[in-house]
Amino acid sequence: MSHALDVTDETFQDLVLSSDKTILVDFWAEWCGPCRAVSPILDQIGAEHADKIQIVKLNVDDNPQTAAKYQITSIPAMKVYRGGEVVKTVIGAKPKGALEADLAEFLA
Amino acid sequence: MRQVIIIGSGPAGYTAAIYAARASLSPLLIASSVEAGGELMKTTEVENFPGFPDGVMGPELMMKMQEQAEKFGTEVVLDDVVSLDLSGDVKKVTLGNGDVHEALTVIYATGSAYRKLGIADETRLSGYGVSWCATCDGFFFRQKTVAVVGGGDSAMEEATFLTKFADKVYVIHRSDKLRASKIMQDRALANPKIEFVFNKVVERIYGEDLVTGIGLRDTVDASESTIDLSGLFVAIGNDPRVHLVHGQLELTDDGTIAVDGRSSRTSLPGVFAAGDVLDVTYRQAVTAAGSGTVAALDVEHYLASLPLHALAAATV
Repeated sequence: MSHALDVTDETFQDLVLSSDKTILVDFWAEWCGPCRAVSPILDQIGAEHADKIQIVKLNVDDNPQTAAKYQITSIPAMKVYRGGEVVKTVIGAKPKGALEADLAEFLA
Repeated sequence: MRQVIIIGSGPAGYTAAIYAARASLSPLLIASSVEAGGELMKTTEVENFPGFPDGVMGPELMMKMQEQAEKFGTEVVLDDVVSLDLSGDVKKVTLGNGDVHEALTVIYATGSAYRKLGIADETRLSGYGVSWCATCDGFFFRQKTVAVVGGGDSAMEEATFLTKFADKVYVIHRSDKLRASKIMQDRALANPKIEFVFNKVVERIYGEDLVTGIGLRDTVDASESTIDLSGLFVAIGNDPRVHLVHGQLELTDDGTIAVDGRSSRTSLPGVFAAGDVLDVTYRQAVTAAGSGTVAALDVEHYLASLPLHALAAATV
């Protein structure tokens, strides 16, 4: 199981949009095989760069409003938020090295 | 050093591992980091795998195969192979984490990758309405209009699955003859939400941030038309994943790895291939599993033919 904090439609504003940190939201679902594959990789990246980026998860089945608002059409979708804005989107499960390269500007 | 390293974790890779492990070869299986379990991880119900009269979920079947391989002593590593050196007597397999593993033999069972349409904006809109996996992404197209491109079993399966969510599913096929098996065709043809569009190819995908429609060309009279839709699911076939062995192993005209007759022996001694990377025709879980068996038995035979001092180097 992932160690990442779960965010919901109700808590998204407080925990993501109003946060002063850089936050990566992993949009996922139980039925999504690639989401299960990428989850431990995101856990590792979060643990190794805890001072730079916080990883949280949003279950798209349970939180359809947020998934719809951000026009999610494919998961896993990983969106990086800063100051309430999406500053980066990565779609699809990728190996750790490829994900780190995609997120390099937020991990350095 | 190992006696055998298996690359790939679909039905071919795990079946090869079960046989090799039962033959006390202590195989190392490199499963990939995010594609472990292979293509069946992206399917739902598998109805044609023998021994499961009530069907079995694809991901569950793959977890059981892994369990069975591990039970007999297979070591499974969830990482990706980044390079392969197959030329010498000792094969070298380099992983994404930098580890280099050595073995006397390699079974290459990397399967195949989804084929792209190869048209403008396909990559840009991938994940924004263009998809290769209905079971992954269909959920987001509730009450929307979508299209599936293709005429094979996977296109029929995706179209039928998508009717759970979408209001309307077009199936776009370049000819008027479907390649799909009769049972899959009949199921799709009988579904009131599915409309077949024959003799058309997709030439354009429209949309800024999200897909809004597609442009079609008729393959008979060249006339052009458009369909407004939100999702485009591409199911036009697969290409063997051979990029790691380009320049090392001989390939066939189909792009598959060339093997000797009905065996799994490639153009290099000690290197064997199994599953969809050999086969663009049948591509079934059960044919891949059979092919994995052939590879494991060929590996056993090959190892038995090596001089004792060569075998002694394999310490695991």
